[in-house]
Amino acid sequence: MSSLVGVLFDGVAYGALLFLISLGLSVTMGLMNFINLAHGAFAMFGGYLAVWLMTRWGVPFVATLPIAFVVIGAAGAVMERVLYRRLYGASPLDQVLFTIGLTFMSIAAATWFWGPSQQPVILPAWLRGQVSVLGVDLGVYRLFLVAFVIVVSVLLRWLIERTRFGSQVRAAVDNREAAAGLGIRVDRVFTLMFALGTGLAGLGGALGIDVLGLDSSFPLKFMVYFLLVVAVGGAGTIHGAAVAAIILGIFDVAGKYYVPQAGAFIIYLLMVVLLIAFPAGLFGRRH
Amino acid sequence: MTAALRAVGLTKVWGAFAANSDVSLELAPGARHALIGPNGAGKTTFINLLTGSLPPTKGEVFLGETRVTRLTQHERVKLGMTRTFQINTLFEGLTVLESVMLAVCERTGAAWDWRHTAASRTREAAEAMELLRTLRLDSEAATITRQLPYGKQRLVEIALALATRPKLLLLDEPAAGIPAAETGEVFAVLAGLPADVTILFIEHDMELVFRFAERITVMVGGRVLMSGTPDEVSSDARVREVYLGDAQDA
Amino acid sequence: METGRWKPAEIAFWLVPVACYFLFPGYLVLGSQILAVALFALSLDLILGYAGIVSLGHAAFFGLGAYTAGLLSARWGWHEPLSALAAGGVIAAAAGFLASFLVVRGSDLTRLMVTLGIGLLLYEAANKAAFLTGGVDGLSGMANGKILGVWGFGLRGHTAYVYSFTILLILFVLVRRLIHSPFGLSLRGIREGRKRMPAIGAPVMWRLVAVYTVAAAIAGIAGALLAQTTQFVGLDVFSFQRSAELMIMVVLGGAGRLYGAILGAAVFMIVQDYLSGINPVYWQFWLGLLLVAMVLLARGGLMGALDALAARAKRR
Repeated sequence: MSSLVGVLFDGVAYGALLFLISLGLSVTMGLMNFINLAHGAFAMFGGYLAVWLMTRWGVPFVATLPIAFVVIGAAGAVMERVLYRRLYGASPLDQVLFTIGLTFMSIAAATWFWGPSQQPVILPAWLRGQVSVLGVDLGVYRLFLVAFVIVVSVLLRWLIERTRFGSQVRAAVDNREAAAGLGIRVDRVFTLMFALGTGLAGLGGALGIDVLGLDSSFPLKFMVYFLLVVAVGGAGTIHGAAVAAIILGIFDVAGKYYVPQAGAFIIYLLMVVLLIAFPAGLFGRRH
Repeated sequence: MTAALRAVGLTKVWGAFAANSDVSLELAPGARHALIGPNGAGKTTFINLLTGSLPPTKGEVFLGETRVTRLTQHERVKLGMTRTFQINTLFEGLTVLESVMLAVCERTGAAWDWRHTAASRTREAAEAMELLRTLRLDSEAATITRQLPYGKQRLVEIALALATRPKLLLLDEPAAGIPAAETGEVFAVLAGLPADVTILFIEHDMELVFRFAERITVMVGGRVLMSGTPDEVSSDARVREVYLGDAQDA
Repeated sequence: METGRWKPAEIAFWLVPVACYFLFPGYLVLGSQILAVALFALSLDLILGYAGIVSLGHAAFFGLGAYTAGLLSARWGWHEPLSALAAGGVIAAAAGFLASFLVVRGSDLTRLMVTLGIGLLLYEAANKAAFLTGGVDGLSGMANGKILGVWGFGLRGHTAYVYSFTILLILFVLVRRLIHSPFGLSLRGIREGRKRMPAIGAPVMWRLVAVYTVAAAIAGIAGALLAQTTQFVGLDVFSFQRSAELMIMVVLGGAGRLYGAILGAAVFMIVQDYLSGINPVYWQFWLGLLLVAMVLLARGGLMGALDALAARAKRR
């Protein structure tokens, strides 16, 4: 029984991480209608940045997280302004090809600088080990992870619901032309949301090295998972992504634990089944 | 005599917004019926409900004796109900002849033929060219649709509908964007259609409406305000107030 | 409208692989692979270039065809090549038919995910069923019988090359017929005016099911062909890399042009063979950069560029 709880918890932690990274993708697809297959690359570079800071400069793990968020977010803003913006109206094929191209370039660059192998991560002592919660042994690191993601989600919720910027975003998501007509600088909203999304991805990449692993093929390996979360949850929704990520996390961890011979097969099957049942995603809006 | 078209209590609701509320309409075979109303009255939504491109929240649609409410758009076209779009919805990259030929082939079932070249289907090609001739588009047969001027594109829009040989033709602002001098031509073509073709058209140009419509239905705010002959409609006080009155003041 | 008659440029195009047979006898093995992949690219062009379906998992059908032919030969002792080829096509067609119902519904994103998911699903299945497929090590031990009882597969690849070329040519002729037919016109109609098609009475869903099934069948035959000519089937036949590279080939050559797919496949594979041998990391980087540049700058790929050159030549 305790192993079941343990597995569930691990699944939730995994899902929380996926949620954090995929959130940016959900926003991009829901807000700008842009299929960004290169989203995983931002997460990857966040991870590599954290590793570099820790090994080269001795920066403590927890400090690397906000740095990753800011740096990768800034990079995202630049990319959006310079490149992505030109393709907002482009066909899905063009968007797919473009972002696959960026992905290949990112993987090649990462391999060139850091080699193809897994990056080691040394967690600070206070995050290692386990702690007993209600009689079940849970990993400290994973507890930290879940708590961190919850805090970030609450902050995001506040940002979207309580600030003026948040209301601008909601207006732009609902009806872009109307929002522009109201005087909302839609292009600035896009840049900021893109930066926020990629920043969160970078943050997730740094945060999750121990759980997801980090090597130069990260963007391709996990691309499916991020897309899955967005497709199943419904693009443009926060709670949709959260629900989808948790389901995905639990099924993946449980699947690998109880039925290891099936591997990732369960996840892909689950995805196909869910997409048949909910073509617009669990919480998707039908345009 | 069975009505050519019968809409019964058609309703379309999105959340708190009712685009169409309990709209009923009956058209006799061969009718020339206009649907007018201010912008946002729900006229295009009504057409979308009739054709099946929008599922109704409530209500039924009958084409002759057949209940078509559950049928898909293309199935209704096969039964004889065709529409045109308010905004040109054409095959941008195809030539004019290819576009019309495609519509003809869909009707005759030739569209499933994968073995012979399209050019060798002489019967369909001849029919397409004939249709282009009636709309004075034959000189543009080889022009790619997106290179045509707007007015000609509007004619292609109508040609595509006519190629399906409809029994019921739903026209959404057919003259929109066509220079005033040429709108009469368009309507002359439509007037020249066989008398057993039923036509329902949305129009804002009142002159054209009064010239070609035998009966008029006025829609406001998603509901039918009234239906009647052109005289009845133009003399009705409510209609004047809501719609025609504004036009006269303008 | 196209009359369907073969233009001189087309005949010249098909003489090139024939010439290669005599001019590059040492490269026939690579040549057979290029021909098989060209067939694969052709099948993608049908759904991508003509019907407008963006698929990230077309390798699923390629892999099914490859493993069908591979298993028939290596595990179940069936060595007759033509029937194994047909079997690969049939299995892939069945899968394509089933998958098509998922692919024709939903938004662009859903479609992308479903096609991607099916590819990955099959990859995982093949990986885990190592007892059958050889897993990561791949399926070897294939042996081909004689084609029509006459031509045997030699080590130098002569038979394989002619075999591949013949299959490609036959299927190309059939696809070309299809493209110029009213059915082909309706595919272009779906691509150019998705919203208008139902309004002229076209059963769009059934058209897409039909073309997707046909494309899957051809991809399956291509996979079986590659398996037979290389006598090996690796897991990579199902990989996302394959699907992505295939899309690149078609777009590179020019989607919706038929010849573009073949040209793109040939150019891509020749360049890849040359460059990735030198340094795979470079290859991946420049490939990525090429994609980005292509989307931002070039329209219509190689065929588009050839068209522009031809137009300029005519003006002189």
